[in-house]
Order: sequence, then C-alpha cells, then structure tokens
Amino acid sequence: MIEMEVRRKLQGADGELNLNVNVRIGAGELVALYGPTGSGKSSILRMLAGLMLPDEGFIKVRDELWFDHEKKLNIPPQHRDIGMVFQEYSLFPNMTVRGNLEFALGRNEDRHMVEELLDVVELRGLQDRRPALLSGGQKQRVALARALVRKPRLLLLDEPLSALDFGMRGRLQEYIMTCHRRMNLTTILVTHDYPEVLKLSRRILVLASGNLAYDGPPEAFLEQMGNKG
Amino acid sequence: MLDFGPFILTLKLSLITTAILFSIGVPIAYWLAYSRHKAKVLVEAVVALPMVLPPSVLGFYLLLAFSPQNAFGAWLSEHMDVQLVFTFQGLVVASTLYSLPFMIQPIQSGFQQLPRSLTEASYTLGKGKMTTLLRVLLPNVRMAIVTGCILAFAHTIGEFGVVLMVGGNIPGETRVASIAIYDEVEAMNYDAAGIYSAILLVFSFIVLATVYLINFNQRKKAEMR
Repeated sequence: MIEMEVRRKLQGADGELNLNVNVRIGAGELVALYGPTGSGKSSILRMLAGLMLPDEGFIKVRDELWFDHEKKLNIPPQHRDIGMVFQEYSLFPNMTVRGNLEFALGRNEDRHMVEELLDVVELRGLQDRRPALLSGGQKQRVALARALVRKPRLLLLDEPLSALDFGMRGRLQEYIMTCHRRMNLTTILVTHDYPEVLKLSRRILVLASGNLAYDGPPEAFLEQMGNKG
Repeated sequence: MLDFGPFILTLKLSLITTAILFSIGVPIAYWLAYSRHKAKVLVEAVVALPMVLPPSVLGFYLLLAFSPQNAFGAWLSEHMDVQLVFTFQGLVVASTLYSLPFMIQPIQSGFQQLPRSLTEASYTLGKGKMTTLLRVLLPNVRMAIVTGCILAFAHTIGEFGVVLMVGGNIPGETRVASIAIYDEVEAMNYDAAGIYSAILLVFSFIVLATVYLINFNQRKKAEMR
C-alpha cells in the first residue's frame, strides 16, 4: 500500500543527519517506527503527512503518487488520506471535545462518524468540555478520535503515548488497537518505548542515525540485540 | 462652558484609526508571524519605527509627503481629490501609521506563541489556510487582538506631535483633545487645560488597567491548565 523512498538532510541536536529510507508497508499493517530521539522517526511521519518535504525520492500510497521529487509533485496534507495524532495532543483550545471532532467534518458530511467515535473512545460524557479541563489520557483519546473522523486509510501516530503515565498508556494502547482493527487502518506508530512495540505491533522498523537498521518482527530484533550484547 | 468638541473629535479619530488598524493589522501580523521571507525583517523594522521616532519626525515627513507641492500630495489632490494636510482624513492616515506597532506587535506575538502543531493538525484534518486562520488561529489569539485594539485606541488618543504637524489646530476638523490642552495653556486658561488633562489622565489609566487585567486573567487561566 505504501511505497516510500526518501532522502533528506536534517538538522538535529547532534548536528547534521542524512535520512535515507526505503520501505514498503502493506494495507492493514500496524508498523512501529522505533529508534532513539533524533534518529529521524518523526520526520518520516511528517513526510508521509505532507508536513515536511523530502529532498529526493517519492512517496506512493495505493498507486497514487503523493510526492515525487523528479516530477515536482507534492500533494498537500489536506488532500492526503491520513489521520495524524501529535505527541503534544494539539487539540484546539477554543473548541469543546465535540467541537474538535466536528471541525474535522467536511461540508454537508453527516455527523454519524462523530457520534460513533465519541462512543469508541468513551468520551460522550466529556463531549462538552474544553481541552484545558481534560487529563492527558483524555486529551489523547480526543486527538485519536479527531484523527479518525475523516475515515482515513492511513493513521499516523507520533509518539502519542509518551506524555502519559504507565496506567494510562495501557488503556490508550487498547483504544489504538480497537480503532486500527475496526476501521481497517494502516497504522504507523512512532515510539521509543519497546514494551509498547511488543504489545501493539507485529513489525518493527528500527531507525538508527537516519537509516533503516532493522525491519521485521519485534521479537527477532530483541534476540538480535541480545546476541550482539 | 467647557467645549467637548475636541474630545468627540479625539474619540472619532481613535475609533476610525482602530478600525482601520484592525483590518490591516491582522493580515500583516499573520504574515510577519509565519513568513520565512527575508524582507520580513525590513517590514518589522518599519512597523516598529513609530515606537522610537519622535512623533514630530514622523509628522514632518508626512507633512512633506501630503503637501500638494510634492509629488504624492499633488497626485492625491489631482487624481483622488483628497487633501491630507490640515484635514481630518490626513489625521486618520497619520494616526494609522503612528499606532501601527501597537496593533501589530501584540497580535504577531500572539500568533507566534501558538504551537505550530495546531496549524498542522488543522491541515491534516483537510482544512486550508483560510479556515485554519479563521477557526483555529484567530479565536486562540483573541486576547492579543483585544489588547492590540485597546493599545492602538489609547495611543491614538494620546498623540500630539504627529497631529500638530499634519493637522494643525482647526476646531472641529483637527483640534483634538491633546492639542486643545496645549492651546488652553498657551492662552493661559489653566482651568480648562486642567479639566481636559484630568479627563485624559483618568481615561488612559482606565484603558491601561483594563489591558493589564485582561493579561492577568489570561495568565491565571493558563496556570490553571
């Protein structure tokens, strides 16, 4: 479903980084993008979302080109079939929980999806609250639901759980799994939390200083690391 | 009997100036906050100029520019039939330039304090720049907009040098409150000058106290989050 061959120079805290990634991801997969801070994980997600442009290469999703450097083609984020959840929630402070979800609706779109998602992430009781009055876990549930209102095929999660405490993480992982299965999503989860990878995903992409260092089942990666150590 | 004409003229000038500044200030502040163009530095400097220039300098150049003996003034007078020297319209143009930073800087910094991810979230939800500006960005900088409007309004009320240079002292046309005070003192009417001054003092204090109250409440609200 996703074909991605991208290169880009990044400026990080440890100097320059050459991101160079070729990867294919099948429809319906839940893939974890794992690696230390500054390895380029979030940049890959942002390139898929259209929030960052690669220097070279192409991105193709379901035979549709989203980006092609040579053809000078770039589909803006608005027209990519994605839902994105940001690390810092990024809820609109001026809107209620329901308002945040309804904002994502297009003109004349029916509200059925909003109702369904309010139930899926169990937020109906909080629908009239502003984000300022929600806990971290509740905020991230709103962000997850909001990202799904437009029924995207591709769900991009940028360290969605890193700001949450342990107990809350477990709950939210359940919500992510539920949505992933229920809506037939292809999901890419950026994380640096290994237990999370083991729990959620059957495939892990490990990034090390801009390159793909491992691609396969998470258990095998652990063994490989164990053998090395 | 005290003549309230100068006050009414001052209020009229301040309201019109604030309305104009609001409509041009929001787009300029948006551009300054988000543009990565190098020319933005120059625009920022020009916008901030009235904060450091003596009003008489600004007034002097505007007087030259507006004068029908010079190219711009002559063009305005011939093609637009607009006369900007010693007229109320001239005061409006001068005040708009003079109070520009007081409207733009608070709104610009309001935009800059919003997390970039709010805009990005809106884009990934399929919304364009205009919808994002109107429904996400502007509502979240409304306090900065209110502050900008109040400051621009108050600053226009307090102007003297620019008005004197460009407008002179024509009753009912350019004789605003600050000029009237000067005029009364010149004529040794200290009682009238005293009343005019007291009114301006109280009014300015109330305006500033309101701005700080808004900021205080905002900070308290932010801390509660």
